[in-house]
Amino acid sequence: MAISNWPGIPALSRLFMRKDTGGRPVRRVADHGRRSRSRVLLTAAVFALGYTAIAGRLLTLAVAEQQPAVFLATAADAVSQARPDIRDRNGVLLATDIRTPSLYAEPHRIYDVDEAIELLTAAVPDLDAGGLRAKLKSDKRFVWLKRELSPEQRDTIHNFGLPGIGFIEENRRFYPSGRLTSHVVGHVNIDNAGIAGMEKHIDTMGLAALHDAGLARDESQAPVTLTLDVRVQHALRDEIMTAMETFSAKAGAGVVLNVHTGEVLALVSLPDYDPNEPATALEKEAINRITAGVYELGSTFKAFTVAMALDSGEADFSTTYDARSPIRVASFTINDFHAQRRILTLPEVFTHSSNIGTAKMALAAGIERHKEFMHRMGFFERPHTELPESAEPLTPARWSDLASMTISFGHGFSVAPIQAAAGGAALMNGGLLIPPTFLPRTQEQARALARQVVQPSTSDMMRELFRMNVEEGTARKAAAKGFRVGGKTGTAEKVVNGRYSNSKLLTSFLAAFPTDKPEYLMLLMLDEPQATEQTHGYRTSGWNAVPTSGKVITRIAPLLGVKPVLD
Amino acid sequence: MFARTDRGPLATWWWTVDKPMLAAIIALMFGGLVLSLAGSPPVADKLGLDPFHFVLRHAVFLAAALCVLLATSLLDRRAIRRVAIGVFAVGIVLMVATLFAGFEIKGARRWLNLGAFALQPSEFVKPAFAVIIAWLFSEAERRPDMPAHIIAVGLVGLVVGLLVLQPDFGQTMLIVLVWGAVFFAAGMSWRWIVGLGGLGVGGIVAAYAMVPHVRSRIDRFLNPEAHDTYQTDTAIEAFLRGGWLGQGPGEGTVKRALPDSHTDFVFAVAAEEFGIIVCLIIVALFSFVVLRGLMRAVNEDDDFARLAVTGLVALFGIQSLINMAVNLSLMPAKGMTLPFISYGGSSLLSLAYGMGMVLALTRRRPRGEARRSPAGRVVPAQPR
Repeated sequence: MAISNWPGIPALSRLFMRKDTGGRPVRRVADHGRRSRSRVLLTAAVFALGYTAIAGRLLTLAVAEQQPAVFLATAADAVSQARPDIRDRNGVLLATDIRTPSLYAEPHRIYDVDEAIELLTAAVPDLDAGGLRAKLKSDKRFVWLKRELSPEQRDTIHNFGLPGIGFIEENRRFYPSGRLTSHVVGHVNIDNAGIAGMEKHIDTMGLAALHDAGLARDESQAPVTLTLDVRVQHALRDEIMTAMETFSAKAGAGVVLNVHTGEVLALVSLPDYDPNEPATALEKEAINRITAGVYELGSTFKAFTVAMALDSGEADFSTTYDARSPIRVASFTINDFHAQRRILTLPEVFTHSSNIGTAKMALAAGIERHKEFMHRMGFFERPHTELPESAEPLTPARWSDLASMTISFGHGFSVAPIQAAAGGAALMNGGLLIPPTFLPRTQEQARALARQVVQPSTSDMMRELFRMNVEEGTARKAAAKGFRVGGKTGTAEKVVNGRYSNSKLLTSFLAAFPTDKPEYLMLLMLDEPQATEQTHGYRTSGWNAVPTSGKVITRIAPLLGVKPVLD
Repeated sequence: MFARTDRGPLATWWWTVDKPMLAAIIALMFGGLVLSLAGSPPVADKLGLDPFHFVLRHAVFLAAALCVLLATSLLDRRAIRRVAIGVFAVGIVLMVATLFAGFEIKGARRWLNLGAFALQPSEFVKPAFAVIIAWLFSEAERRPDMPAHIIAVGLVGLVVGLLVLQPDFGQTMLIVLVWGAVFFAAGMSWRWIVGLGGLGVGGIVAAYAMVPHVRSRIDRFLNPEAHDTYQTDTAIEAFLRGGWLGQGPGEGTVKRALPDSHTDFVFAVAAEEFGIIVCLIIVALFSFVVLRGLMRAVNEDDDFARLAVTGLVALFGIQSLINMAVNLSLMPAKGMTLPFISYGGSSLLSLAYGMGMVLALTRRRPRGEARRSPAGRVVPAQPR
């Protein structure tokens, strides 16, 4: 083909077609026809190839496993595990799972981000448009937009029909009783794992293992019933709150036990927290004072000293103790608050709460027996209940005569109130030390776990002393008409900067009712109660913890089925 | 139906037309109507129209298209050329008119408003163009003194120019490819093939460099991770969800997410609802029509018929391949309808016209049948 000779249009035409310029037309056309046919054949081959490629691609897609959509995998990890309901002994719901919809987006599926933002912010006003835009424009396959929507918001957004926007139902723990049962029920973290109280205990009972195995998804798990009675719990909390206000106390706590089974019917520790807002549990004052705090309980402890003396068989109600003069040991003086300055019988020591008298009882018993008795009562061990929160008792490093004497009236030995309550119950129920529990238990089961710590006769005498103390002793203001309350008061000086302070007190009252046949035991404490006009300047237990306990018992005894005897 | 001895035009048509190809084309047309039931209701819903708005229109256009197909297939070769020249001329005039009077959709002026019907003149220009180019090349062979090639180049320039002004890069590409196919079949030398191929690649590179949306589409195809590939991802999901047998008619969900479920992505919608087996049947029908048409062309003695069939079938085949390849993420996204299946009045009628001409040109003729010269004189057939 020669481009050099360019004579005009026919030549230009020749330029496109290779042809045999010298040949005759007939040959040229035949040649051209053959070439053209092969070209069409080639075109057909190209098309055949193209359709084969399409068919091949279709076949690979047909046999390809459909991968689960991205959000499913992500969502499975994100959804919180289901937990069983928690109820009180009467079936009142204390904790439950509610299914809340959470809003997510798959940004790559959204084709109109502006529309999505406009509609979503209209439905959920607290969504931030800027943040939303950043999320929806991101390259991520899955983003949470809002955890825990209301059902109305879910319905509204659902009806927008936005592609790439969806919901996942998540389990959210809810505590209908809120603060009321916070310390016992405990709470969970964002993943619905128990981190405090019975919630944590439930996990250790095997729920965590179920979760790991993926078996705890359904909501049909058997509910967990607690020993708590929210009515009792409420009365106790209400009265302690009132008392804290009246006496400007900084804190307060109380526990009610069934003396025959060790079941905890109520446990209050104030200030408390809202388990629906777990962050509030982190406040330092919100600890569970009943199980996780240890205190020198002061004169309340005398009940154990007196019980020890009676149980030894060496003392009885006629035994006398010389309380005419204070005891001086080294630089330390032991004196009586309600000083009688005379020789006191054993019941008088108890009802007048004589430090001198109990110190002499301890001396009479000797260090070894005193120590052994404290061991017997379980006061050397960390209390074991279902609640994970517990504290080791503070025991004297060296048990001297002086230590023995101060311990006899509740100083120099700190125990958790739950331990003192369990010990108190043993003194009332015929001498059986029963570990307290938050899970229901029958009397037979309790007896199998119990340990005889004092003789039944000692228990009988202690009941008499408790009742006597309310009738004529330091606990007169605890008289709840008809319920035969008995108890022992305690006013401990708190240790401030390593010294006992006589201005900061911890008052307590260990009460049992009805004393003729004890069923329930209550320990109530107030931290740093102040004097008021009504108390005539007194801040001791008999003026605050005792009357508060009386009011509580007046309210709870009928609920607990204790029949009043009115004479 | 017709007696063998019947020499009337209908009887002759019946005995000479390529019936398997006609059956395949009609199967595609009715398949398109069925798939329209799946693909178009969500679109109608989105536009606030009656759910079956597009289905009804599709049916009406289908009836019209069937008439066009059959009527065109009755034409003889001379009539085909004449009609093509007429259609082409009117089409060009209307294309010029769209630049001034057309209405704009998504940034392009491609449509003329004719009351109830929006006409896309470029659709009708395509088959007429293929036929005219084929005629020019065949004439160039027979009558070297005629400036056929120059005219052919001029026509390509004219059509491409008008399309770029709209702008419509899909149709531009199609026109150039069809022109190339006819040119190639006409016996273009390899030097030219390489040269024009280079020019084509250069054109794509230039479009990539200069036209932002072309660049973004190609970028998205080459690097799907870094870009928004919502449409193609959704389409692939539709194939995966469909599996062999599909989710069942009306059970598709992807069609609600795909913006062009009744046109550009109808293949994916079909896959989700009717399954990949149905898709394979559609592919088989397309390849049957294309390959049978081209094989007929190979065996065709008449240059014009061979080139025209090649051009028309190439137009049909390229369009179907591009559409399916885009649906399957084998190509960058390009708005192109699936012939006969996709919704679109202009597209349906134009395809019926084009394939009607293919049927007319592939009708069996006695080998020795007289051939009319352009002047109308009866001349002996070319010796072989």
